[in-house]
Amino acid sequence: MSTPREEAVPFEAARPIQLARPQRRHLAIAAFVVAALLLPLAAQSFITFQLTLVMVYGLAILGLNLLTGFNGQFSLGHSAFYGIGAYTAAILMDRWDLPYFCTLPAAGAVCFAVGFLFGLPALRLQGIYLALATFALAIAMPQILKFDPLEGLTGGVQGISILKPDPPFGMPIDADQWLYYFTLAVILVMFAGAASLAHSRTGRAMMAIRDNPIAAAAMGINTALYKSLTFGVSALYTGVAGALGAIAVQFVAPDSFSYLLSVSLLVGLVVGGVGSIPGSLFGGVFVLFVPNLAERVSTGLAGAIYGVILLIVIFVMPSGAAGFARLTIGRLTGSRQPRP
Amino acid sequence: MELLLQQVMAGLATGAIYACMALAVVMIYQAIDHLNFAQGEMAMFSTFVAWQLIEWGQPYWLAFVLSIALSFVGGVAIERILFRPLHRAPVLSNLVSFIALFGILNSAAGFIWDFNVKTFPTPFGTRPLFGSALIDTHEAGMIGVTLLMLLLLYGFFRGTRLGLAMRAAAENPESARLVGIRVGWMTALGWGMAAAIGAVAGMLIAPVVFLEPNMMGGVLLYGFAGAVLGGLTSPGGAVIGGFAVGVIENLAGAFIPYVGRELKLTIALVLIVAVLMVRPSGLFGRTVVSRV
Amino acid sequence: MMLEVSGLSAFYGENQALFGVDFAVGEGGIRTLLGANGAGKTTVLRALCGMVRSEGEIRFDGARITGGATEDIVRLGVAHVPEGRGTFVRLTVEENLQLGAMTRRDRAGIARDIAEVYAHFPRLRERRAQQAGTLSGGEQQMLAVGRALMLRPRLMLLDEPSFGLAPLIVEELFAILGRVNRETGVAMLIVEQNAALALELAEHAYLLEVGHIVMQGSAAEIGADEAVRRAYLGY
Repeated sequence: MSTPREEAVPFEAARPIQLARPQRRHLAIAAFVVAALLLPLAAQSFITFQLTLVMVYGLAILGLNLLTGFNGQFSLGHSAFYGIGAYTAAILMDRWDLPYFCTLPAAGAVCFAVGFLFGLPALRLQGIYLALATFALAIAMPQILKFDPLEGLTGGVQGISILKPDPPFGMPIDADQWLYYFTLAVILVMFAGAASLAHSRTGRAMMAIRDNPIAAAAMGINTALYKSLTFGVSALYTGVAGALGAIAVQFVAPDSFSYLLSVSLLVGLVVGGVGSIPGSLFGGVFVLFVPNLAERVSTGLAGAIYGVILLIVIFVMPSGAAGFARLTIGRLTGSRQPRP
Repeated sequence: MELLLQQVMAGLATGAIYACMALAVVMIYQAIDHLNFAQGEMAMFSTFVAWQLIEWGQPYWLAFVLSIALSFVGGVAIERILFRPLHRAPVLSNLVSFIALFGILNSAAGFIWDFNVKTFPTPFGTRPLFGSALIDTHEAGMIGVTLLMLLLLYGFFRGTRLGLAMRAAAENPESARLVGIRVGWMTALGWGMAAAIGAVAGMLIAPVVFLEPNMMGGVLLYGFAGAVLGGLTSPGGAVIGGFAVGVIENLAGAFIPYVGRELKLTIALVLIVAVLMVRPSGLFGRTVVSRV
Repeated sequence: MMLEVSGLSAFYGENQALFGVDFAVGEGGIRTLLGANGAGKTTVLRALCGMVRSEGEIRFDGARITGGATEDIVRLGVAHVPEGRGTFVRLTVEENLQLGAMTRRDRAGIARDIAEVYAHFPRLRERRAQQAGTLSGGEQQMLAVGRALMLRPRLMLLDEPSFGLAPLIVEELFAILGRVNRETGVAMLIVEQNAALALELAEHAYLLEVGHIVMQGSAAEIGADEAVRRAYLGY
């Protein structure tokens, strides 16, 4: 229930962040890539490992972002897709001895199929009902993974262990650093893909469906097809992230992929900025580091501290980091951002 | 046949718990158009407060009443302090705030009262009801109290001016303002009432599932499921939905092979989703026709 | 004058919709605000009720109400029949009327007023237990007017009461508005695209174009003006 006192237009849903001029954006991206390339050379192994996980979560959050931020479909079930991606990678590497890089396309394909198939019946559900359906998926996943008849494939409660890949061609870096660069390459490609999707006709169709499904349909957009496809692509992104995560952590077990992961992804999405592609990466940082931070402040009250930090972040940045950045840049450059 | 009846009765008994929770969920949903994911933790916290009062030597009925009153105030306070400033933030930000509240309450309860399981008394006793093996007095008491709350709520909303004002504020806040209703306070009232109902639910449930900070996790989920099944616009539907979920869950566990404790929840949720496919607004929900 | 507005500007976010408009409504008077779509007529009414960010002077009975809260302005005796009627569609007709009297405490008076609304609008009495959303457009408009009357307002703001209604219904409605004004002395500010009917009912008119008042005068003058006739009256 909103007071339309100040703004008669509805509070603006976050749009993809756009800096004032494209050159600035390219500069920022270039700076980021350079920094990202240099970091592991200066940092310890464990930090490199954590940064790899940041990228993995960022990618997973980007997947959720595509569905919820760009297409307006609510999902509390992305932990399931992450888990499916992770298990696909683990099973392919452990049972069928496939090299790690092959597992990514496989995980993506499997998750796309599952996501698309889930998206079809989900077309009938809206808002809170869709959330419940996806939540059912999230709840079901660990239980399916522990299901006795499937134990041969999934390893049951104990899960599957896999080996960390070695750097190829005998490069003078250690396995953690290699994994970091590999992950970096993958996410750069996938983030770029998402950005290009967002600016394409397909992306605009997705956003049209989010903003006004009736009008979108009236304009001739096949909403059913787009919504299901978006589900598939979103699942694909999160599934690939899951595969990368499995390779990094070297281990998959059912309870790692519970609804709590879905909640984390959602938190990361909101903190980063719904509808913002770079924001997803910030979300990954938040989701990885802040719970640890909270635990270090007080083990007994870790959850409460996390909650308080989360509330402060929401209060200060109701539209996430991306929205906050947009406001700050707007104020600093003095330029009035055109309302998108 | 005997087994079926037993399972149904057991399902109704657990269903009473879910129905209670579902009622609180729908109450808040009517007031704020969001599902309060922290509802269960609020109920849990209220129950701990009651427990503490009893530990300090207060009689049960006093602890019961005080806990409800304090929960009401707490609910109003949470709305005024936490959620009112956020009412213009995007929906998902509100959602994350609920998650934050969940974490705070859960962690705080564990910190203050530790995670060891505690017993909570029941005013109904646990003797078999009229000598029947199917249901005991506490379970009957739960069902009775839930129905009583439902009746009181119905009377309040349909029969009082304040209830009408709350319904109006929830349905059309702008028009409500145009007739002079202070919409902000109606929302706060909704929160207070939901918190109070949650407190009752918690105090009824604790004797059965035992009191500890994580006691409401599963219950809240079943409560949501029941509310959605019944239709989020209908308190009566929520109660029926809650009972239904309890029965479905029990029957699934008893009669479908391979379904252990783990899968019961999944089965229940799958069935609910299946119902939603056929009736997207729940069994008793009103389909909202939106004009373009 | 009961309502005095000077230099009123209103903003939707960064967009300015009204540019320093001046107008007034006297005790018991009926004035109309004419203009095409997008002129800002609805914005004027919303600004009066504190629903839009505004600057300038709005005085009701001499007291400044610019930027006040809607709920408080309503309590001063300003009843707004909004664009789209603002009916509580899930509540019954009777409940809608009761809501109109939400700020009053005199139960007997409220019951009498409900009866009087039904006297003005017999069709509503027939449908008193029906969900308001099931009523036709015309009936919902009558309900909206009835709800506003339940406030026992001193000023009624009506936003395009003729919108989407059949001509016969509109005539009936305007006749009732005239009667109510004569019997109870409630002042009215009517925003309308249907200039002809509005000019018949009102004694004074303002013409709003793109957020500016470009003309004002007695209803007769405005109705006789060549440009107005061409643009708004169709002849």
